[in-house]
Amino acid sequence: METTELTVNGKRHELEADSRVTLLDALRNHLGLTGTKKGCDHGQCGACTVIVEGRRINSCLTLACMHDGDEITTIEGLGEPGNLSDLQAAFVAHDGFQCGYCTPGQICSATAMIEEAKAGWPSFVSDDLAGPDALSDEEISERMSGNLCRCAAYPNIVNAIRQVAGGKS
Amino acid sequence: MTAHQKMDKADERNRLDDMVQGLVGTPMDRPEGPLKVSGQATYAHEWDVPDMLYGVLARATISKGRVTDVASSGLIGKNGVRAVITDDRLLRRPAQGGADEAPAQGAKQVDYFGQPIALVVAETFEQARHGANRLEISYEAEGNAAFDPEAEDTDTDLPEDDQLDQGDLDQAMRDAAFTVDQVYRTPGHNSAAMEPHCAIASWDGDKLTLRGSYQMLNFNINELADALHIVPDNIHMLSPYVGGGFGSKLGISPEAVSAALAAKEVGQPVCVALSRPQVFETTMRRSETRQHVRLACGEDGVLTGIGHECLVSNLPGEGFYEPVTQATHFLYGGKHRKLGIEVARVNRTCGGSVRAPGEAVGMQVLENALDELAEASGIDPVELRKRNVPDRHPEQDIPYSSRRFVEALDEGARRFQWDECNKKPGSLREGDWLIGHGMAGASRVNILSEAKARVTLQADGSALVETDMTDIGTGTYAILTQIAGEMLGLPAAKVETRLGDTDFPRGPGSGGSWGAASTGSAVFLACEEIRGTIAEAMGIEEDELTLADGKAGKGEAARPLADILAGKPLSAIGHIEPGQTLEEMQQATYGSYFAEVAVNAVTGETRVRRMLGVFGAGRILNEKTATSQCYGGMIWGIGSALTEELVFDNRDGHIVNHDLAEYHIPVNLDVPQIEVVLLEERDEYASPIQAKGIGELGICGAAAAVTNAIYNATGIRVRDYPATLDKLLADLPEA
Repeated sequence: METTELTVNGKRHELEADSRVTLLDALRNHLGLTGTKKGCDHGQCGACTVIVEGRRINSCLTLACMHDGDEITTIEGLGEPGNLSDLQAAFVAHDGFQCGYCTPGQICSATAMIEEAKAGWPSFVSDDLAGPDALSDEEISERMSGNLCRCAAYPNIVNAIRQVAGGKS
Repeated sequence: MTAHQKMDKADERNRLDDMVQGLVGTPMDRPEGPLKVSGQATYAHEWDVPDMLYGVLARATISKGRVTDVASSGLIGKNGVRAVITDDRLLRRPAQGGADEAPAQGAKQVDYFGQPIALVVAETFEQARHGANRLEISYEAEGNAAFDPEAEDTDTDLPEDDQLDQGDLDQAMRDAAFTVDQVYRTPGHNSAAMEPHCAIASWDGDKLTLRGSYQMLNFNINELADALHIVPDNIHMLSPYVGGGFGSKLGISPEAVSAALAAKEVGQPVCVALSRPQVFETTMRRSETRQHVRLACGEDGVLTGIGHECLVSNLPGEGFYEPVTQATHFLYGGKHRKLGIEVARVNRTCGGSVRAPGEAVGMQVLENALDELAEASGIDPVELRKRNVPDRHPEQDIPYSSRRFVEALDEGARRFQWDECNKKPGSLREGDWLIGHGMAGASRVNILSEAKARVTLQADGSALVETDMTDIGTGTYAILTQIAGEMLGLPAAKVETRLGDTDFPRGPGSGGSWGAASTGSAVFLACEEIRGTIAEAMGIEEDELTLADGKAGKGEAARPLADILAGKPLSAIGHIEPGQTLEEMQQATYGSYFAEVAVNAVTGETRVRRMLGVFGAGRILNEKTATSQCYGGMIWGIGSALTEELVFDNRDGHIVNHDLAEYHIPVNLDVPQIEVVLLEERDEYASPIQAKGIGELGICGAAAAVTNAIYNATGIRVRDYPATLDKLLADLPEA
């Protein structure tokens, strides 16, 4: 058993768990934070995306014990019914989901992605290595392509993110 | 109170249009949306069940034979392992949609590679997974397995109900001015719902509670009871949130039965979640198809004959087969017709329903063949389709119910500016990109199923809707809330819809696009009954009653519903049954697709740049959720056209690409800002709410628009899906 200190959504947890426990399973099975989803457990779908130390990662691809002392934000930390974050509200208004299973990962991913773009990170579709001036639809699509949605709400996911990121259509 | 209606005749009253609340049809947000975007919706794995253990399936590494030993004793009691379940009741195969009874049981017989054999139960997920990996299973393999559906020595059979030989197609082909005679192939597909199948089973004495991810609880409860050899009354199933289904959760799968057996044996709740590879290998696949299409027409482009003869596959003994020709039977005319399906019996993962079984791959190919006929005859593809819309069903000689096919073709052509699109294949180029345009028709059969729902108008004037119907992303929470609010004159916030619980009145669940019209009609009927009671209390006829914003009556005379109820809630069960209108009329939904692609002249990569879908599916209950369903279908079409393909190893039948890294569903950048147009329509033969199914229509031919556009861009016909780069590279035009 390993003891790991995690700060999740501002709350400190002492996790006593098997060293094989992924960060995803630590959140879901040990801390009861089931908003983060398991879609593939292999880093292929993005449903488990959380924000660790400000960066979006696939929580299924990392072990909990590797995050001793880390600050983690999950979907539960972004907002709740009655007090949704701008992105969460935009996903509802634009129907940026159907079944809703990939949605927490999409929203965590988009939350961090908007900051990446602001920080000038370029993407595969950027014309300039200094990053884009604004998030075009193509930039949003490319940067969100690590988050699969089988209901295929992609056009509405782009609409929701564009509204919040203030990009150009 | 029960209000019952059997659809033996058209319901021309159009009652929903008489209502004044103004909810039905609007793009209302999903009421459960805030729960979903904040991670608070409770999917199968997410119930807080105390003392829960974890189970992981151990699976076959042979393709056919018998299990001779499962070395359980070495595992139990060590490393947290509590039990190894090898019960004879374990499922060998998943249940087909609507099975209503247990599928093949007895995991000691092996029918396909990856089949579940045993369940390892442990204190933690990690311990159970490790145990399942370590479990030693001994086999006696049989050498006579069949893996290749097209191999000469593979057994095949011909389902009696799906062989049509009308007139003389061979002669029609000889006499025709223009013909198409081609063989097309589509690969197997996986539903790949984002939520893997999962069940949590807990027992209280003889009573089982199963929290799972299922589409059709009314059938699932009987499948589970039959599999466990218990009575359905001792089971309570809960599926309030389902993380996608697309057919893969129509019936119960290994997780349900293994969790229930394990929980009974260890005396604690057990959670079994399938891994992603297990979803691919132990649930359902869409069969690959080989489709021989023959089309014959005169100089005027009017079809004289249609041939659509298909080879599909499934495990020996499975009754389901991909009904590839389903829409071919009624969509286009032609006196001489030969339509048939042959089923190859192979030792591959079970074949079953994947979104729009039949039309998803049948229309995809038929609409490619129409494109080839348009070129052969020199007639515009839109015009060719319009010339072949029959007055009556070409085989059964029955009329059609509402059919907006021609309008969808015309509206799509107008919006896409089809007349200005490229006409000559391979002639439009932008730098390294070859540009092409293509279109296709859409059609999917419409089904109404028996359904019940309870509506309660509570003493405070709010309403509660209860049914075992599921919302698999389709928008059920929204549309049932809208129907009840519309009929009872309540804003959406005053209506609560509860779903996915077998203790509620039962219906057909989510499948075959029937959920909204069927359960929606049941809610409508229950509300109509409640309206009747209110009208009676007010001393007027029901059709004179105005209900709006929580009040009954008009203008200043309007009284709050709570006053009229005087502390007594009103409850009614609505009960809809299909009837003669399904037999006497051909009911279906229709549409059109238009696509613009760019194919890279150097790499062969295809990008979809523009895509439009125009659909007629009866009354649209929620514009927002219906549009999202159509996006979903069309994007599945992009996947079918370009990337999705189950690859089987014909040495042992295993699925080579059993995960989301290797089975390529479309990602965000693969998809443009698609446009969806929903036509105004009422189909009074379909349901008392004049709605038809829309969940699957979006995929039924979508891929053909993309591949027809690829042909237009490059001059290359890909008849072996998907249209990957390798199939284009050799024949791309010179730079």
